[in-house]
Amino acid sequence: MGMTITEKILAKASGKSKVIPGESVWLDVDVLMTHDVCGPPTIAIWKKEFGDQAKVWDKQKLVIFPDHYIFTKNVHANRNVDVLRQFAQEYDLPNYYDVGTERYKGVCHLALAEEGFNVPGTVLFGTDSHTCTSGAFGMFATGVGNTDAAFILGTGKIWEKIPESMKFTFNGKMPEFLTAKDLILQILGDITTDGATYRAMEFEGEAISGMNIFERMTLTNMAIEGGGMNGIIGVDEVTRRYLKDIGVTEFSEFNSDNDAVYHSQYNYDVSELKPMVAKPHSPDKRDTVRNVEGTKLTKCYIGSCTGGKITDFKYAAKILLGQKVNVTTFVVPASTQVAKQLDEETISGISLKEIFINAGCVIAESSCAACLGGPSDTIGRSVEGDVVISTTNRNFPGRMGSKSSQVYLASPLTVAASAITGKITDPREYL
Amino acid sequence: MENIIKGKAYVLGDNIDTDQIIPAEHLVYSTSDPEELKKYGHFALSSVPIDKAGLPSGNKPFIVDDNYESGYSVIIGGSNFGCGSSREHAPLALQVAGVKIIVAESYARIFYRNSVDGGFLVPFEGNEKLNDKIKTDDEVEVDLTNNEIKNITSGIAYNLRPLGSVYEIVKSGGLFNYARENKMI
Repeated sequence: MGMTITEKILAKASGKSKVIPGESVWLDVDVLMTHDVCGPPTIAIWKKEFGDQAKVWDKQKLVIFPDHYIFTKNVHANRNVDVLRQFAQEYDLPNYYDVGTERYKGVCHLALAEEGFNVPGTVLFGTDSHTCTSGAFGMFATGVGNTDAAFILGTGKIWEKIPESMKFTFNGKMPEFLTAKDLILQILGDITTDGATYRAMEFEGEAISGMNIFERMTLTNMAIEGGGMNGIIGVDEVTRRYLKDIGVTEFSEFNSDNDAVYHSQYNYDVSELKPMVAKPHSPDKRDTVRNVEGTKLTKCYIGSCTGGKITDFKYAAKILLGQKVNVTTFVVPASTQVAKQLDEETISGISLKEIFINAGCVIAESSCAACLGGPSDTIGRSVEGDVVISTTNRNFPGRMGSKSSQVYLASPLTVAASAITGKITDPREYL
Repeated sequence: MENIIKGKAYVLGDNIDTDQIIPAEHLVYSTSDPEELKKYGHFALSSVPIDKAGLPSGNKPFIVDDNYESGYSVIIGGSNFGCGSSREHAPLALQVAGVKIIVAESYARIFYRNSVDGGFLVPFEGNEKLNDKIKTDDEVEVDLTNNEIKNITSGIAYNLRPLGSVYEIVKSGGLFNYARENKMI
């Protein structure tokens, strides 16, 4: 009986030749990532539990990105960044990316990729549920809480239950009006928000092979929205090329065996799929954009680890070129690198940044911003009565701010088209 | 952890996510400062829509006025309890508010791990759906050794699923105690 890619990576990390879904193993962790919301409590637990013995197990393997509550006057939020800064100084940590310096990166999940911490075949834990994003690089990556992170911080080890795997195959070529976001919303509607709980979600097929690395990250990013432990895509030429460009050359490639056992398998033909939304208040409340077309909006939001990558802004700019938005529209590049790319990348000789400015969008600095609401002065935060369409990942009550606001999740193409009309609009109207 | 926990039940629906348990804007408070910690209790479950707060009737706030402790020590939830973010502040907030046990149909992975590994509360799974059988304000008694919840108000008892391999961590009071007891750290 063969093994899946997830089982192979976890077998290697637990020092076993074979693992079986359901068994609990102790894993050697390759990278631990944390940020300003969960870093301070993690450090506090680590200090309390290890006491005088508290030691960072491996400084090179600890990565800290302040990214959640950055551009705010909230004193408690700013204090959390101070805690990280002091911790990094005290222990002379090489992988701390401080706010207000050239090292500041922005949203952790994209920054992990840009900085070369996503290495195929390795095991990455992070104090953030969207840590599963890194699985697009053929690695095991998942989110944990502060206690688990504090344990890893001191020992480099953690227990995990080997997940069953679910396989999602996307055949066919992607139509120009469809993005990875539509694909994952399609899946979430099919399996619901707990359809993959404690399981691995493996993505493959012709449409996945044809996707760039950032679009793949949109799929693995939202594995957690199905309850998944991890999302994963095997390494191919697309992965190798991205890694080569950023100087990552040594890694192990794993692939699922042909006789690997899956909990379930789903097959899709992308040529039959349509632009999708998730309606309030759950990422699995799927509907076609056509069915909710005309819903009046008060805000549009393009940003976050899910929908704030350069590829997302290229999609949005394609639609917004030469157009004006009819509703307040926020453009929040996930990382400072993406912010730079908005200046460099062009369509018809006009930079993406100019396209957004000319269309009347509000461009914000890189951070998680209003994806998760944040302190009251967070840019783009939803207020009472808001109806928002967003490229982000969650629309639970209150997620983007006010619990009385309504949030629709959609692709950057759909959000851009909707920004022009001020109502939910199918992107095919503008392509 | 006591073997028998008695208290008033607070009943919730399906998919109670971590933003409803503790809204993200409140995650700025220190978890080690005793005064700031109370804020987590005060804001626990504050984003649950009011018509779904305290089923079946709703409109029963979990926390009243300026309190940080709730009168409820047992939560009866539906499926996928604790879905969403990885914030350990979620089980922490419930613990600060006085919750000791949750009995739900199922849990999201990270919330379940956090509850157990952090030693905040015991996440039991029912053998059947219980949030339509137990009502908010019912007096209940949970027996940890016999895996049973008894509704004292109605007199009906229900079996719970054994905790399985995590029982040892629950018994130790969290991952660190468990690791010390087993000479792992």
